This record gives sequence, structure tokens and C-alpha cells, in this order.
Amino acid sequence: MTTQSAISVRGLRKRYRSVTAVDGLDLEIEFGEVVAMLGPNGAGKTTTVEILEGFRPRDGGEISVLGVDPHRAGREWRQQIGIVLQDAADAGELTVAETVTHFARYYPAARDPGEVIAMVGLTDHARRRVRVLSGGQRRRLDVAIGVVGRPRLLFLDEPTTGFDPQARRQFWDLIKGLAGDGTTILLTTHYLDEAGALADRVAVLVAGRVVAEGPPASIAGRSATVSTVCWLEGAEPREVETDNPAQVIAELTARFGGSVPGLSVSRPSLEDVYLNLIGSTS
Amino acid sequence: MTTSIHRPAGTLELGLARGGVELKTFFRQKEAVVFTFSLPVVLLVILGTLFSGEVVGTGITVGTLFTAGMIAAGIASTSFVNLGISIATDRDDGTLKRLRGAPMPAASYFVGKVVLVLVASLAEAAIVVGIGWLLFDLALPAELGRWITFAWVFGLGVTACSLLGIAASSLARSARSAPAVMNLPYLVLMFVSGIYFIPLSSLPQPLIQIGSLFPFKWMAQGFRSVFLPDALVEQEVAGAWEHGRVALVLAAWCIGGLVLCLTTFRWRSRRDS
Repeated sequence: MTTQSAISVRGLRKRYRSVTAVDGLDLEIEFGEVVAMLGPNGAGKTTTVEILEGFRPRDGGEISVLGVDPHRAGREWRQQIGIVLQDAADAGELTVAETVTHFARYYPAARDPGEVIAMVGLTDHARRRVRVLSGGQRRRLDVAIGVVGRPRLLFLDEPTTGFDPQARRQFWDLIKGLAGDGTTILLTTHYLDEAGALADRVAVLVAGRVVAEGPPASIAGRSATVSTVCWLEGAEPREVETDNPAQVIAELTARFGGSVPGLSVSRPSLEDVYLNLIGSTS
Repeated sequence: MTTSIHRPAGTLELGLARGGVELKTFFRQKEAVVFTFSLPVVLLVILGTLFSGEVVGTGITVGTLFTAGMIAAGIASTSFVNLGISIATDRDDGTLKRLRGAPMPAASYFVGKVVLVLVASLAEAAIVVGIGWLLFDLALPAELGRWITFAWVFGLGVTACSLLGIAASSLARSARSAPAVMNLPYLVLMFVSGIYFIPLSSLPQPLIQIGSLFPFKWMAQGFRSVFLPDALVEQEVAGAWEHGRVALVLAAWCIGGLVLCLTTFRWRSRRDS
């Protein structure tokens, strides 16, 4: 295995008693990439991430994370990894500033705690106790703790579950900023728009394996599949499925002698592709 | 972003930083502080007042005899009960998971807990001795030898109780159930160890034997030997202070407790494994 990828997974397997959680999963993530793992509940996303984080042993397969097997990795490896936990409720009695400052001490090249708090937009709350933060503020603190050590690789496990739409947008901007600085990011999510907005590449997990993988715009042949052209023929809605929507529109334009009433062209959304993928394999 | 490159902090340094976090977390939880510190104190004041009269032929009141043993109850509360609850809470609220994912040696976590337990236990011992001195004629010993006894009984006792607390924390399924899981055995053991109920020799023999298995009985006996005149040795089950046996049992519990911790300690909560 080379160390050129940030994460390299071959044939990963993990069973819990009778349940197979991860069943021959392959995944390759380059440095600087943002990859989203999508999948229904129980598809093995969290198990996979926890194995990559070194929290769980695996039953089979080869993994290299930053060139090291996470199960045997030591403190120096941990200094390069940032983990944003899914449902942490720790440090409730500390203030935001105390918490970030404390975690900064664990890392040799930590970011300035005040700057990290500003980056996640918690400067106004820096002196408040963690337990009084809202859900969204709490998750942003989790991100602050995750990035204060200046990680090369950041794990985000369902980071925006329970956010309101505005908080999600703010959170996305934060993640885009980190990605822009060159941080490699692996995130799991239930939200297709989140994967579409943040990820360079999407991996869809079903029953413990990757069933499709690619950029959000073209995953599972999304860019190559047929488009649907709709228009109004009098008051009557019409639609045509075609490989070449431009030609259909040109013919319609010629026939109508100008603008075509009610014209629209649509490709399958990421959601359509996703539902098709998880429906056809599960 | 500014970067300050520095040598990664050592295990002890991080442990002391953890200790600061532990102390802040503990002392800011008002209910936990009040409960941990005041349960032994309230029982001391109530029971100490109920026990009237003096121990025949010694000039020492029963209240004084009782207070000396209650130092052990106070320390058991700040070490065994408090540590058990705090680790169960750490396991439940994600603290342990987060620390495992951080570049922190596991030993630093326990150094932090040691700092918490030492500070809380010293404070509790001072409070119980202070109240005993104010209300129940507990005399502070003048001889150095007795303070040396205090030091080793305190050191071995806190260590044994803490290790037992760490091991018992694994029995709690959640942070919410932890206080119940820790306090029930605590209260029962305080009775059968001759601490809430004195003298121990007036308990039925099987209960005395059960109490003698655990460190609390021996810790209380050690503290009585520090704060009470030697005439009161007659009150002990064996009729002697048994310093050698106190040290032996407490040291055995330190070793046994450590083995128990190493074999039962879990970083994850049961729901999560």
C-alpha cells in the first residue's frame, strides 16, 4: 500500500455478533479531497469511520490512514487527525474558551484557540458554559475541538443532524473554508444536498459496501443519463425523454417559432440517483 | 492562523492540565459538590448528636468516637463514590471517547482524576475533622507519630477506595444511574464497617466479617487510632489498633483494585459497544 492516499481501504470487514456491518468495503481518498459517505441507517457508515479513527478493531481487510494502520497508531498519528464526534455532551461545566484552550494543549502545532473560536463563529459565546449552548453551537464547538490541532485529516460523522437550515449553511461555509485550506475531510451524512454542496466525491454505502462512487454531478452516470424535456402543447403538458435535449429544444423552438411555453429540462437529481441506488441493491 | 510549534506536553504535564479541568468540572457542579461533601457531614452532625454519653471509663464521648471513624466515610465519599460517578459520567457523555481520539496518553486521564480525588479528599478530611473539633471534642493529635499514621492511612485508603471506585464505575449503565449504583454499596458498607454504627463489635458476626473484607473498616480503624486516646482501643473488635493489619489490608486492596481496574475498565459505554 502506498502512502500517497490520505486514506486507503481494501476489503474492510466488520461483524457484530450475527450482523455484518461492513462487508468488503473499498475506499481511496487523496490528500486534499472532501469525500462524503452517504447511505441509509445501518449501512455501516459510522462503523467504517470509527474503524478509520482507530476506535474499533476490524475483522478483515487492509487499511492505511495517513500511511498507518489506525489500530496500531500512536500519539504522533493522533496529532494529525481531527475527529468531530456524532453526539458528544462532554465538558458541560467548562466555558467554550476553556475547552478549546485545553484541547489545544494536546497538539504540538495547535492553532490559536481564540482564532479557532472565531472561525466557528463562537466568539460571542467564548465565556459561556458549554452546557448552555444550543445544538448548533455545540456542534460548532465540536468542530473547533476537531480542528484546533491543525489536523491533516478531519472526520465528521453526521455533523449537521438536527440543524436548522440557516445553521447548516453556516456550517457548510465553515467546512468549505477548512477544505480550502487543504484539509482532507471524510464526512458521513444523511443529507444529499450536504454531500452535493461539500464533497468532491460521494461514496454511497449499502449493506456495508460501496455501491457507487464519484463526483456528485456525475455519480452513477447521472450526467450521462437521459434528460426529460417538458413543455405545454396548448394547455396540455407534454414531455419527452432524450439523450440530446438541445436537439429537442431546437426542434420545438423551430415549430413554435420562438419561445416554447412551459419549457423545462431536468436531469435526475442526486436524490433520484441515490434512492435508485439504495432501492436497487437493498 | 498563527502557529506556535512547541514540544508536545508530557504525560504528567497533560495530567495536571486534566486535573485543572477535573477540578473546575467538579466544583462547578454545585449539586454534586454539596452531595459529595455534605452527606458525610450531615450524617456526622445528626448521628453524632444522637449518640450521647461517654465510653465507660475513658472520659471520651461516643460522639468523639464516632467522628474519628466518619473521616473514613468522608474520604470514601470523595474517592470511591465521587470517582465512580465521575468516570461513569465521562463514559456516558463522550469525554472518554473524545480523549481516546486525542493525542493524550491514557495515564494523563488518571493523573487528572488523582488530582481531583486528592484535593477533594483533603478538603473533606479537613471539614470532618474541623466539625469534630468544633462540636464533638475531637482533639488534634500532638505527636508526630500519629500524623505519620494519618498520612499513610489517608494515602493507602484514598488509593484503595479510588481504584475500587474506578472498577465500580463500569457497573453503571449510564451517568444517570451512576449515583445510585455508587451510593447503595457505599451506604451499606458504611454500616457494616463500624462507621455509621458503633462500635462494630456490637454488630452480628457475619456482618462484621463482610465489613472486614473491604477497606473502609480498616481505614476507619486507622483514623480512630490517630485521633483517639489509646484507652479506646478496647472498643475495637480485636482489642488492638492493628496497624500492621490495617496497612496490609489497604495495600492488598490497592493491588487488587488495580488488577480489577485493568481488567474491567472500559473506554466505551455499553450502549456504544
